[in-house]
Amino acid sequence: MAYAFDFGWLVEYWPVLLKGIGITLELTVIGGLLGVSLGIACAWARALGPAWLRPFVSAYVEMIRNTPFLIQLFFIFFGLPALGFRLGELEAANLAMVINLGAYSCEIIRAGIQATPRGQFEAGASLGMTRFETFRHVVLVPALQRIWPALSSQIVIVMLGSSVVSQIAAEDLTFAANFIQSRTFRAFETYFVSTLIYLALAILLRQVLRGVGWSIFPKRGAAAR
Amino acid sequence: MSLIEITEVKKRFGDNEVLKGINIDVEPGEVIAIIGKSGSGKSTLLRCINGLETIDEGSISVAGAQLLPDDLHLKALRLKVGMIFQGFNLFPHLTAGKNVMLSQMVVKKTPKAEAEVMAKKMLDRVGLGHKFDAYPDQLSGGQQQRVAIARALAMQPIALLCDEITSALDPELVNEVLAVVKELASEGMTLLMVTHEMRFARDVCSRVVFMHQGRVHEIGPPGEVFANPQTPELKQFLGMQ
Repeated sequence: MAYAFDFGWLVEYWPVLLKGIGITLELTVIGGLLGVSLGIACAWARALGPAWLRPFVSAYVEMIRNTPFLIQLFFIFFGLPALGFRLGELEAANLAMVINLGAYSCEIIRAGIQATPRGQFEAGASLGMTRFETFRHVVLVPALQRIWPALSSQIVIVMLGSSVVSQIAAEDLTFAANFIQSRTFRAFETYFVSTLIYLALAILLRQVLRGVGWSIFPKRGAAAR
Repeated sequence: MSLIEITEVKKRFGDNEVLKGINIDVEPGEVIAIIGKSGSGKSTLLRCINGLETIDEGSISVAGAQLLPDDLHLKALRLKVGMIFQGFNLFPHLTAGKNVMLSQMVVKKTPKAEAEVMAKKMLDRVGLGHKFDAYPDQLSGGQQQRVAIARALAMQPIALLCDEITSALDPELVNEVLAVVKELASEGMTLLMVTHEMRFARDVCSRVVFMHQGRVHEIGPPGEVFANPQTPELKQFLGMQ
């Protein structure tokens, strides 16, 4: 084996990598915030919402959870324009991530809601709160706290999964790596560096999510109930 | 007109008729103990009074608010009757103070500062003013139940329903909760309580209702009911046979 490692290209190409990191982060933040919001709404609908709404939400969730993310992305980016719904590659990537995380987080959050003791709903009701008020003020936070580790993992998975948006030319970190590799032919070095960057981003994201959990849930209480 | 009017109430779970025509009228300031074996329908009756269970026949009204299954009527009813549960049911993610403030702010739209003043006052009333910032899992069972009482009181109900509120407590914690209830009774609060504390029922209550197989089997002042039970079922329940 006489391969000579050469990381010299980094000097020239780091702005490309940086831009890619920026876009990956942007996709993750927007996808995470909107995706989890959509997930909460769907979890409410599926666990507590009106009966007529549930089949629609179930259909959406099962459709997304049983098809590949890449196909969902292609459908949005290449398929929808046929109906006159044309999106740029970043918008399409964002939309696909929101829709994807929405479905997966729906099921995670629903599990948290359904683990709520019945007494919590009854206490809310006996104090005069409507079912929705009880959900919003009483049920939601402990439910999220119960499933926060699982939800955090799902958000990290979605961040890592965002690498496929390079397939529609959204210029994320993977796109940047592919671009650099095609210019420098330094495949090992390029993908080695991008691997390390993804690893660092994932670890960072987990820490951030832990911090978010720390700040929105009480330091004591709730977890076990 | 009585404060709480329960008229010919029937309740079925599937084929099982749990309440077979209940009639009780409660006057303002009365303290009623509902006793009976498990399965006699006493908890179900209590839960019907604030609409946690629907009724199949008959009617219930509290201070003119009729029990009807739509949100508007339920809310009107529930603003008049508070409920305290066997399992406390405090909100685990909120401090004691916030537990007492929440429904005031959400349901009555009370401004935060005002709700906080009320919460302090009510926690003081149950002897827990100093636990305002404690989370439920930092409190003993007896303290949690007293916070639950404060939470119900903060909505300024005209009657309180207590569903076996000391049954989940360690024996040494029962008295601190009963002391609070006793004080409420002496202040004139109307109370309906399902209880196994016979001594408390005898000392504090104005009337005792003995339920058996979904019916009011005997009813009367505690002196009569406990000293001179008329039916074999009540005698057996009281361990007099």
